[in-house]
Amino acid sequence: MKIHEYQGKDILRKYGVAVPRGEVAFTVDQAVDGAKKLGGSVWVVKAQIHAGGRGKGGGVKVAKSIDEVKQYAKQILGMTLITHQTGPEGRLVKRLLIEEGANIDKEMYVGITLDRVKSRNVVMVSTEGGMEIEKVAEEHPERIVKEHIDPAVGFQQFQARKLAFALGLSSGDVYKNAVKFLMALYRAYEATDASLFEINPLVITKEGNVIALDAKVNFDDNSLYRHPEFAELRDTDEEEPLEIEASKSNLNYIKLDGNVGCMVNGAGLAMATMDIIKLAGGEPANFLDVGGGANAQTVENGFKIILADHHVKAILINIFGGIVRCDRVANGVVEAAKKVHVNVPIVIRLAGTNADIAADILKNSGMSFLVAENLKDAAEKVTKALAA
Amino acid sequence: MSILVNKRTRLVVQGITGGEGTFHTSQMLAYGTNVVAGVTPGKGGIKYKGNEKDHFNRAVPVYDTVADAVQHEGADTSIIYVPAGFAGDAIMEAADAGIKLVVCITEGIPVKDMVNVYEYISKKGVRLIGPNCPGIITPGEAKVGIMPAFIHKPGRIGVISRSGTLTYESVWQLTERGIGQSTCIGIGGDPIIGTRFIDAIKLFNEDDKTDGVIMIGEIGGSAEEEAAEYIKKNVSKPVVGFIAGRTAPPGRRMGHAGAIISGGKGTAKEKMDAMRAAGIRVVESPALMGETMKQSLAKKYKAKYTIKAKKKSVSKKKSTAKKSNRKKKSTPKKKR
Repeated sequence: MKIHEYQGKDILRKYGVAVPRGEVAFTVDQAVDGAKKLGGSVWVVKAQIHAGGRGKGGGVKVAKSIDEVKQYAKQILGMTLITHQTGPEGRLVKRLLIEEGANIDKEMYVGITLDRVKSRNVVMVSTEGGMEIEKVAEEHPERIVKEHIDPAVGFQQFQARKLAFALGLSSGDVYKNAVKFLMALYRAYEATDASLFEINPLVITKEGNVIALDAKVNFDDNSLYRHPEFAELRDTDEEEPLEIEASKSNLNYIKLDGNVGCMVNGAGLAMATMDIIKLAGGEPANFLDVGGGANAQTVENGFKIILADHHVKAILINIFGGIVRCDRVANGVVEAAKKVHVNVPIVIRLAGTNADIAADILKNSGMSFLVAENLKDAAEKVTKALAA
Repeated sequence: MSILVNKRTRLVVQGITGGEGTFHTSQMLAYGTNVVAGVTPGKGGIKYKGNEKDHFNRAVPVYDTVADAVQHEGADTSIIYVPAGFAGDAIMEAADAGIKLVVCITEGIPVKDMVNVYEYISKKGVRLIGPNCPGIITPGEAKVGIMPAFIHKPGRIGVISRSGTLTYESVWQLTERGIGQSTCIGIGGDPIIGTRFIDAIKLFNEDDKTDGVIMIGEIGGSAEEEAAEYIKKNVSKPVVGFIAGRTAPPGRRMGHAGAIISGGKGTAKEKMDAMRAAGIRVVESPALMGETMKQSLAKKYKAKYTIKAKKKSVSKKKSTAKKSNRKKKSTPKKKR
């Protein structure tokens, strides 16, 4: 689960991580009020969307007066922000974060995530603040310093010290602040069941403070049941409407840009089916895993979601019946296709338990399904359907 | 002819009285798996025969703890069907009780739990398969999982996969072509799993009853690359590979918690390239997994079987009857 920067900073603050003071604003007036409340003479107006690269896209501005705060708030609120992470369609900005300006001396990086190779969490720091960490990893891997966390004892002071020294923060207040910052940051990561913390940039101020100027916070979806308080942090404006609709029917759906919809049981087979569509000359319009219980209701919901996307020119249903019987799936498809007006060709491939009976059901349904014998045949039938 | 599970496996089912546990235990028993016990805390002492929906073909003794099941029934392998919030605990209980192989079917275990579990079982020297996996089957001997039994056929090909239904797809393609399987393992779709490709590949490579391996990966992580590196150096058996998710967009989780391209890493292309460089026959289309294995076997078998025939006369380790029987079985495979 992704949350906004201002929400992430609120959480970090709770665990003693130093972050700039800030106010969230949904309107220009709120932005101005927020700036007045914060006081000072420099403010940063930041677009709040679930994507990085906001600064480059024009979504972050430094204001030197309240008038400028107003001007930038007007400019950014309601704009469609396009960054390398939003895709070409961009994201509509509906929220702002108004923050006090910081007296920046140096920009650095700190991130915490799971290292899949070691099956342990890792705290990573780099002196290359403000840059994409993936780029640093590629061009200057030696500039990233990592400490893996032993789950038996957690993140230790000596590890925080090592990281602070690696950043060149080796004496005085700034050293103490850096160690304190890192310890608090890891505490927050553990306590919130996070899957990613990225502080980029981590800022060293001229006063020797160490603060999180930005905060990317993602939570582990599997742990959300332990944190009911996070439910209100969800911003459905940041999600694809069809995906929200699908999740209501317990369908695992991801919208893509192609022209062939697909409905599959199992995530791996669903991805493989998308790949087949591509090989057949189409482009997958979605990922859709209907799970173990592909009955008439799920198939009907699946049809509705897929057909709501008007780019869909054909549908490929690929079910491997193991525990779920193919004849039941076939009946479900026939029933659902009768209920939902499907105006594009449907290629169906059912394999496994009772596949023969299922094929008969489809053939005798009086509907013009394109029944495929196997995966290869399914691909060919999709190609044909698209050509027609 | 197998790795990890066989006729001698003594299986305990954790969460046996739950809906999933009951249904799949009935299926495992029907397959002939040696289920020796079940565990449901608080229900110890009963002999469980299933519920009104799913009946067992024989009663299974239920214990309160895995330790009891080990002590009284000599259980050595465990399968876990408990909900995500309790599954990590169940894995550790099995490890603590002295179980050597734990298969965890449960999907949705918090990553934090799995970090701890991984550490715990590594210290105990326990092998974990999964979580979020279909389990493991040695056709004709033992089914320890949720896979449909009938698609499998005893034979000499190992299958390893991160996915469930895609595993079934490849197994079915093999069986349809008359090619049987030694053991099929679904290693699971989570970011932290107990047994990775490299571990399973090592076992299949060392198993003299396995002639070739199908390896089915997907986007996310670098476990396929890790295995490819090992295969390049150590494996001469034919390996056919497929990676699901070539068309998956970066940054999106494709169903499985571990199936995500993050920071431009973990793409299908990277994995396919690494696998090809290791001599693995990587297929572009999942429809070609079985056919490609058939071709690879035909190519390899010609030479290999002549050598084998010579070996047979020299080696006296195994019964000739068994060997010739196996040879008979495998001959039509080549022709079909």
